[in-house]
Amino acid sequence: MADEKDTRDQEHQPARTDEQKVDTTHAQETGAASVSAEAALPDTGAARFDTEPRRVGERRGMFGTSSGNDTSGYGGLRQPILFPGTSPRPYGGYFDAVVDALAEATGEVFEAAVASVVVDRGELTLHVRREHLPTVARALRDDAALRFEMCTGVSGVHFPDHAGAELHAVYHFQSITHSPRRVRIEVTCPEEDPHIPSIVGTYPGNDWHERETWDMFGIIFDDHPALTRILMPDDWPGHPQRKDYPLGGIPVEYKGATIPAPDERRSYN
Amino acid sequence: MSTRTDHDLYGEGDAVEGAVFTAAGGDWDQVVADAAALGEERIVVNMGPQHPSTHGVLRLILELDGELVREARAGIGYLHTGIEKNMEYRTWVQGTTFCTRMDYLMPIFNETAYCLGVEKLLGITDQVTTRANDIRVLMMELNRVGSHLIALGTGGMELGATTVMTICFRERERILRFFEAVTGLRMNHAYVRPGGVNQDVPAEALDALEAELGLLKRGISELEKLLLKNPLLIGRTQDVGHLDLAGCMALGITGPILRSTGLPHDLRKADPYCGYETYDFDVVTRDSTDAYGRLCIRIDEMWESLRIAEQAIARLRDSAGEPVMVADKKIAWPAQMNVGPDGQGNSLEHIRRIMGESMEALIHHFKLVTEGFRVPPGQAYAAIESPKGELGCHVVSDGGTRPYRVHVRDPSFNNLQAMSVMSEGGLVADVIVAVASIDPVMGGVDR
Repeated sequence: MADEKDTRDQEHQPARTDEQKVDTTHAQETGAASVSAEAALPDTGAARFDTEPRRVGERRGMFGTSSGNDTSGYGGLRQPILFPGTSPRPYGGYFDAVVDALAEATGEVFEAAVASVVVDRGELTLHVRREHLPTVARALRDDAALRFEMCTGVSGVHFPDHAGAELHAVYHFQSITHSPRRVRIEVTCPEEDPHIPSIVGTYPGNDWHERETWDMFGIIFDDHPALTRILMPDDWPGHPQRKDYPLGGIPVEYKGATIPAPDERRSYN
Repeated sequence: MSTRTDHDLYGEGDAVEGAVFTAAGGDWDQVVADAAALGEERIVVNMGPQHPSTHGVLRLILELDGELVREARAGIGYLHTGIEKNMEYRTWVQGTTFCTRMDYLMPIFNETAYCLGVEKLLGITDQVTTRANDIRVLMMELNRVGSHLIALGTGGMELGATTVMTICFRERERILRFFEAVTGLRMNHAYVRPGGVNQDVPAEALDALEAELGLLKRGISELEKLLLKNPLLIGRTQDVGHLDLAGCMALGITGPILRSTGLPHDLRKADPYCGYETYDFDVVTRDSTDAYGRLCIRIDEMWESLRIAEQAIARLRDSAGEPVMVADKKIAWPAQMNVGPDGQGNSLEHIRRIMGESMEALIHHFKLVTEGFRVPPGQAYAAIESPKGELGCHVVSDGGTRPYRVHVRDPSFNNLQAMSVMSEGGLVADVIVAVASIDPVMGGVDR
């Protein structure tokens, strides 16, 4: 997959919002893949009303390492990672009310802002385009029908194979007025342009959470008052929770036998 | 404080013009520039990371104007151990062994939050047995008492009252003895597992716990008598560490700090999990918005926790022998632990079965232990009411036998942000009280 990544259509990467181009890029990418079933799978964002699963990456082999010590013969296995796709109405529970209230509160921005609505495992996820995140967050907090007073932080997720949307920032909101409503906002940005607007202006409590996500994933939260590292030392190179960042660790030797570090070990994954 | 020399310690060794401040961390340049602009009147004090009253390796950067704190910042990360990253390289079940060590004073809560997230991903939330839920509730509530005891004990010690600490640690020991009898460990249990709990609670352990509960109650009463009317303590804590409801909302503060503003927000009532809706208890609030109110809340919450624990014990007596794991053999841990002549290990009955009777059982055991189970792709967020506030766990699966990503929203991490608002404008001695009333545990803050 590494070589595929290099041959990716770089020119079209930043234009992620242009759905047609992303689709083409993806078609080129899957064309090179070995499993034909994959070609039929749609990319995120491309299909607003597509209930097909979203493909966010690919699992390879059956064993943990890629250093060539998988002698099982299963190393060539390739399976797409499929996340639940856009859900059809009705969403059930309070989800319809939340989506409707958000549509009303954000007005014409809603169509552009919310790329898809996913209901999965009893949770509501709104995929929001990054440029509209502050508008959506402000509406979530201030609109009387929404009133998500609390943002319980942002969590980064790194999908190195999710072309054009490698870095995901996942926010969870909680309403106390309309307890126990919760909503999840998922925002993505490409690795080449890791910028997402900060929502510290709306949710000041997100300050440290955004710093942590910057520290661990390298997502730059624009307009954050002081986006500095928080857990790692200030001069630390790299962002430790990205998937391409090694776990580290040294082989342990005991009575002549050597156990490799956990990320070098031959193990199921 | 930054060291001030005439030599740049990190430079090439040549003397440089004027004073050189060497400092590491945060926005030190800004702090130093501001301090320099104000002349010598303001002192920047670096409190911690190794300081007996900062609740662990917490570094407080205080800008002092005499005794007054003008600006306070927290520096964290000294206990960062990369637990979240490590969990991505272990199976879903092994994850409990890691997350239990996050906030080491509330291990059961860490495990439960994580396991509820995994169960949501697996779609087996409804299949978790009643007995497993009752055990979780019992363990969590006892753990809450233990955590609150430490909060009060270390808080008291930081104010110079060592008796409070000795009483609290003495009482907590009763709970730890029960934990040890059930899980084999006093802390870091890895007891709650996806699908249930690791092993059943033996009736003898319940007997021992019930025998201790009376003493525990007496100890908490003793603590109440020692603390609540104590003029010194009241003088130190009342109207200190003020944070009102608006401040709590803005900063996303939960737990006793939020409830000290009078808002009865408790996830056990608001969004019940593990069958909390079937228990009879009250949410404790105060409206003093200060450190004293939080202290009272913690004491009253211990009484409520014991109330829940007693109900849970009664239920566990009734449901003795019922399963504590989901019935799905593809998820349930195959073995039960047992105490043998050489210590705790797999139950002999199980060993006999896999080694002597069934080849398939052996294969099953081996596969589940080495490979683990697969979790369908997707993400889930589970939140529980920990002693410190909302403990959330965001788990992402790529369909493999290991977590793709686990993020823990630790309440201490979030609540510690309130330290500056609580202590700026107050006296330097009140910073300690404010931090103690937040009750941050750095293992959870830094993970």
